[in-house]
Formats: sequence, structure tokens, C-alpha cells
Amino acid sequence: MENNSQPKYGFSAFASLVQELGDTTKNNEKIAALQAYFKSASDKDKVWVIAIFSGRRPKRMVTSTQLQAWCAATVELPEWLFSECYHTVGDLAETIALLLPPPLEIGSTTLQTLFDYLATFLLLGKAEESEKKEFILSCWHHLDTAERFVFNKLITGGFRIGVSQNMLVQSLIDVLQIPSATIAHRISGNWDPAKTDWATLFADPTNGMDDSKPYPFYLAYPVEDKWATLGSPDLWQVEWKWDGIRGQIIKRNNQLFVWSRGEELITDKFPEFSSLLELLPNGTVLDGEIICLENRPNEVATFTTLPFALLQTRISRKTISKQQLAAAPVGFIAYDLLELDSIDCRHLPMKERRQTLESLWKSRDLNKSIAFYLSPTINATTWEELVAIRLQARLVGSEGLMLKRVDSPYQVGRKVGDWWKWKIDPFVIDAVLIYAQKGHGRRSNLYTDYTFAVKDGDRLVTVAKAYSGLTDKEFVQVDAFVKANSIEKFGPVRTVKPELVFEIAFEGIAASNRHKSGVALRFPRMNRWRTDKKASDINTLADLKQMIAAYH
Amino acid sequence: MRNPNHSQLIQFTDKGFYCPQGDFYIDPYRGVPKAIITHAHSDHARYGSEHYLCHRLTKPLLQLRLGNNHYQAVDWGEKVLINGVEVSLHPSGHIIGASQVRIAYGGEVWVASGDYKTENDGLSQAFEPIPCHHFITESTFGLPIYQWKPQHEMYAQIQQWILHNQSNQCNSVLLAYSLGKAQRVIEAASVVAKQIFVHGAIYNSQIALQAAGISLTDVQQITPETPKSALKNAVIIAPPSVDGSPWLKKLKPYRLGVCSGWMQVRGNARRGNVDAGFPLSDHADWTGLLQAVKATGAEKVWVNHGFQSVLARYLNEQGIEAAEVKNEFRSVPTLPSTTITDDYGE
Repeated sequence: MENNSQPKYGFSAFASLVQELGDTTKNNEKIAALQAYFKSASDKDKVWVIAIFSGRRPKRMVTSTQLQAWCAATVELPEWLFSECYHTVGDLAETIALLLPPPLEIGSTTLQTLFDYLATFLLLGKAEESEKKEFILSCWHHLDTAERFVFNKLITGGFRIGVSQNMLVQSLIDVLQIPSATIAHRISGNWDPAKTDWATLFADPTNGMDDSKPYPFYLAYPVEDKWATLGSPDLWQVEWKWDGIRGQIIKRNNQLFVWSRGEELITDKFPEFSSLLELLPNGTVLDGEIICLENRPNEVATFTTLPFALLQTRISRKTISKQQLAAAPVGFIAYDLLELDSIDCRHLPMKERRQTLESLWKSRDLNKSIAFYLSPTINATTWEELVAIRLQARLVGSEGLMLKRVDSPYQVGRKVGDWWKWKIDPFVIDAVLIYAQKGHGRRSNLYTDYTFAVKDGDRLVTVAKAYSGLTDKEFVQVDAFVKANSIEKFGPVRTVKPELVFEIAFEGIAASNRHKSGVALRFPRMNRWRTDKKASDINTLADLKQMIAAYH
Repeated sequence: MRNPNHSQLIQFTDKGFYCPQGDFYIDPYRGVPKAIITHAHSDHARYGSEHYLCHRLTKPLLQLRLGNNHYQAVDWGEKVLINGVEVSLHPSGHIIGASQVRIAYGGEVWVASGDYKTENDGLSQAFEPIPCHHFITESTFGLPIYQWKPQHEMYAQIQQWILHNQSNQCNSVLLAYSLGKAQRVIEAASVVAKQIFVHGAIYNSQIALQAAGISLTDVQQITPETPKSALKNAVIIAPPSVDGSPWLKKLKPYRLGVCSGWMQVRGNARRGNVDAGFPLSDHADWTGLLQAVKATGAEKVWVNHGFQSVLARYLNEQGIEAAEVKNEFRSVPTLPSTTITDDYGE
């Protein structure tokens, strides 16, 4: 903990900000730290901070292997010892920051601001390895431990700092004096922090310029038991909840843009959507789900969804072959209309937006395509009916229901009240812990990353990895068990006596030839620790295969 | 000829380190007839032995913690013969009274380090390297990521943090193990705070040490009678066990700082949801361990308590013969399972 009694400038101030954000778990304290930073930092640095915290990081300029090697050589440690340190700390940037000797020549550099550093990174992006190395070693020499940590994070491209888009927006209201929804919109989309200045970033976008700019997504909270308090079902538009990638499709100025919820421009990954360039009028923005699906033969505008695992084969690729297109066909299920005739219509009530969306679909013959569908709405007059319909979700390949208030505007970010997700209960199985690895971040030096197995005859076969779902106290107990019951150590992984049984919950299951077990689970996590069960009581691979058969 | 019967002068048994020639144990885990105690932390000084040998400054602490027993107190360097084995205690710098145990028999010398730190903290007698043939070293922080900043820098950080909290109208609660660390933190805090409040456990240690003639800052115990008005912008030192307790809640508004070597790694501090972690340790850091080992000139090093396998392997690669003390019986965790280790390790 460095203290902030003295004001810091430039890169140093940014490093302190990162430290402060990491030191607290309270959102209001994080926002206060960001506000203070935005009040005092230079515009050039602020633009980069917004970029970094909203996932627009500079490209990684070196690999982690290179960094490890350079650090180990600098401090004269054997590779094995470096890796012991890394697995104990659980963070490469921090490991290096801790291992390096105290800085020799603090301040002996022309680099002062965050902007200076990032400009150098970009400049060196394509330079020779030796040139990069020289630069990095000299930075290590003059930065202190906290600054080195942040520097290493920046050059390795890994920067998860627990600042949500919403927090960032909240903390900017003060300095900008414009509404939060406007800020959220201005900082979204396709802008390059190296070429954007503060004034341009927050200028009124209707002055033209960026045709690709998406709207911030509106996200739902889980409804849990609150559905019973939501009033008459008439007040709600009910849809299936689909398990693909939430996406936004934009056509402006005769160009088509596809954005993922993670604010990634993914237009090129989905050639299926290129026909929308013809089909949609200019100035249209659609919100919906990108998902693998097949048209049901002989049924107009109906589809069957395919497992998420198939979509994964598409996301990870840069270029897509015809074979892959045929094996994993992708479609778009439209939920909402955010812009029509170049007019932002997010303020209109859901019902009206839906009607407009439906007429657009008809007038443009979108219902004749095999890739584009309107999200089917579900009509029910009572909650009891909806409860029963929800239980059928898996049979239609959905993961539950969405409830959207018919008079709700399209809001920004995750907001309570107008939109709810009502997921079905997860699948559960009992599995035994067989491998453990030390965690990262706040789980540093604790065995918290586990691999689980089910029975296949006399053998155990791994089916899932899970890191979440236990309390801190339970993690400590399992950690102690792992340390006392290790059979073997393979690098960072310990083989553990197969004794501890956990109930594993997951959202979906599919056959997979990428997994040794032949089974892929979707979102596995630990539901609870079954201290009442023995390894002999766990589920079998046959049980899992039966689940696949039942739902496909 | 050294140690003619070729058995190890110190053996690692299920009751702890045992010297068969002298028939005594060092820091035994269970009651034994004759125990040599390196220092008064409860994972080293255990209940139930018939006869305890310890340093003069450790004795009042053992009395406080273990009650009345048969204690033999010695000074540093004072030689005692036990069944023909020469035993002496030497400062380990860990906490007040903490000692290394030197054992000599038949021309062979073994030193068991106990817990130690190489930096002089100004309160405990400074660590002295003792030449020996066999050195049993601890390795609580036996990884190169653990390199401490000098004490004065850590003290300055703690002081700045207290001042910062005061300017925000908050109490500063510092968690530190009641024996050893707490005394250091009290000295650090007394520079910026006129009055220092402490938890009862720390108060008892402080009083026992003062009664033993050690000059320490006077502290104020927090009791149910302490008026709420006294605890404004105050500095409060408490043992780690109060974390999450109702006792702590009464001190609101406060900021929580933890003083422990484990705070060196961010994840540990974040796991405990503490506001500030100060890597201030009573154990040697990586550099300290290596220096200590080399200074003994030992021909064989036994690595105990902590990152045994790492330090042993590294020493072997450096040409110093080393082995892990395989100690399956030790009932206490040797790695931090919780953020804030209470009685053990630190």
C-alpha cells in the first residue's frame, strides 16, 4: 500500500489509481478514486484510462514467456524457481514486480505520462525483440514496485481491474456534466485511443463521423422469486432466453457492423449476416442473439437452436471455411429495435419498439431468410402458465424466459425493474475432485481451481473444471485437504486423492470430441460440497450421456 | 572424531526435534520430560512438559501463557550441560526473548534456528549467526518474492496511513499478532499517536514485557467501560482473531490494516478485504534466509517450516547440501490458509 498523501502525476498517478481500485471492494470507493483521478489527470491520460478500463487495451507487445525469461535473467533465478514464485503469487505482472531489485534510478526517464508510455508501446509494437527488451528493462529499472506491476499489466495486455462500464460512466458524470446514458454511448464502439482526443470523444456524435457506434446494451437481472410480485402478466412481454452471444447489428451509410456485448466488432466472423446490407434500410440498429441454429424445414420462420459449443468453434477462428459454415450455421434472433431511419428509438416503450420491429421484418421480407428470426413471444394469461412453460425451456433449446415490461424504454447497462431473466434450474451431478491448482488474484497461494471427474466403470474421467461456488472458508478447508492429500505434483497441478465430492451445477450439456470424456458442460460451477457423500456415490459417464440424449 | 555413534544429533520425530544424546526436545508438539523452548509463540511453546528451558525474557511470557511450570531460564550464550550435551541459546531476532538453540556433542555442532529474522527490529536482540556443522533453518518466507523493505520504510507507511485515516475521520485498526508484531506496530504508531488503544490480549503481553524490565510504550486497554468518545480518530492495535468480530464492529468508522509478511502479495490482502496490507514480518525474507545459512558455514542445512522444498532445492543448486525436514506430524499449517494467520507462522 503506497500512500497518497503526496499528489502524484502522470504514470505514477495512474499506478496509484490502479492500486486504490485494487485495494477496495466497495463500489462507491472505486468511483470516488476514479472521480479524483479524472479531476486531476491530463486529458491525454484520461482518454487512455477510459480506453484501458473499457477493454480497449493496446495490443500485447511481448509474450509472457519473453517477460518471464527477461526477468529471470535479470534477477539470476533458475526457471523452476521463477515458476514456483509465479504459481504462488498467481499473477505474472505482480511476480515480476516483486522479484526485481529495488529501482536504481527513479525518475531517470523522459517518459512521464501514461500517454508517453502507451505511445512508446505502440511505436515499439513491430520493433525487433532486442529493442523491446531494452525498453522494458530500462523501465523496470526506474519504476517502483507498484508502478512496475501496472506497467507489466499494460504490456502483457491483461488488465482486469474490477471496474465496470457502469462505474466508469458514473465517475465521469462529475467532470463532464452530461447524462450517464450519453456518456455510455460516447465511450462505446470503435474508437482508437491513440487517435482520439478528449474533446472528440465526448463530442456530439450526431455530427456524423462514426457510423459503427453501437448503443450500450440493456441487461437483465435474475428475477428469482420476485416473479410473483410483478403484477399481471399482461404488463410483460415474455420471450425465450437464448444461449448464444448477445449482439447488435448496425446498418448505417451502406455499411454493416456486428458488435458483441463485449464491445468487439465481429462483423467478419459472420458472413451469414452480409445479406442484411441489402435487406436493412440505412440507419437501423437491431439488438438480438447470435446463435447457431437451423431452419426447420417446411416451417416458415421457425428454427432449432444448436449447442453453444458449436458457436465456440466459430468465435475462435479468424477465417471461416465453407465446411465450418455448413457445420456450424449461425443466425440472428432479433429482440429489439434501437434505431430506425437514423433516429434513436430507445426511449419508446417496449411494445411500440416491438411493433415497429415486426413491421420492419414484414416490409423487408426478413421472415423469408433462414438466418434471421424475430424472437418468438410467449402468450400466457397467468403466472402459473408461465411457470409451466418455463419448465419446457430445455426442450426448445432455451435456458429460460425473459420478462420485459411492455412500457419500458431500452435502458443502459444492468438495471433492476423493467427486464428480468428467469432461468431454469441448472443440471446437477455429483463429481469427485481429482486435480487442483493454485488460484489467481485474491486466491493467490490457495488451491482453488479444481478439476472434477465422474465414474466410467473402474476409471475416473474428468468432466469439468470449476473455480467458483464455494465460500472463502470452504476454499481454505479444501486447500488444506489438497496440501495434505497430494499424490503427485505436475508443475503447478497437484493430483489429489479422489475423496471430496461436490455437486456440480451446469447450464447445458453437449457431446464433444474436443473433450476426452466426450462430453462438454456449459458453465460448470460448484453448487455445494457434499460432505455427506463418498467417491463411490458420484455420477457416471453413462448418466451424463443420458442427459445429452434426453435434451437433443 | 565427531559424534562417534553416527546418529543424528537432532532427530525429527512425531513429538518434534529430539536430541537422543541429551534426551530432550526442542519446541515439542506434545508434553515431554524436558523441553527447550525457542520462543513464546503458541506453535512453539506448548503445554504439558515437565521441565522447560528457555531464555530469561521468554520465561515471563511462558508463565503468562502456560501458567506455572518448572522453568529454567538462561542468558544468551550461557552454556548448560544436559546428559553430557552442551546446550546454549543465541538471539534469533524473531521476537523478544526468541532464541536459536546451539547443541554441541563430541565435536559436532548443530544449531536449530527456531523462527528468526535478520533485520534488527530494535526490540528483540538482533540475530547472530552461529557457526555450526548442521543448521536447521525455518523457511516461512522461502521464496524470492518475499523481500522486505527496511523497517523504517514500513513504519513510515503505517504512520502515513494513520494520518490519512485521521484526516478522513476514521479510526485506524491495525491487526498484528499480540506477541512480537504488536510491540513493533505500537512503537511505529506511537510516533504519530499520543494514545494507543489495544485489545486485551495485546495489553497482557505488553504488561508482561514491561514487568520483565523491557522499556515499551504505555498503552490503553479497550474495555467495555472505554467511552465511545475516546475512540475517535484513534489508533487501535488488535490480534488478527478479532477480524469479523462484534468487538471490531464497535470501532466503526474504521479502516483495517494488517501487518504481516503475507501482505507482500496483493491477493492475500484482497482476500481478507482489508483496507491496507503492510508487509512487516518477524521472519527472515529470502535474502535474509540465504545470508543466515551462508553465515553459519554449515556443511548440511535442514529446511523446516514453510517453503522447505523450494529452499532446499535452491541451496543444493548453489552447492550447499540441504534437505527438507519431513515433518508430517506437525499439526499446524505451514502455509497461510487464511489471510490473517493468527497464532501460527506469523
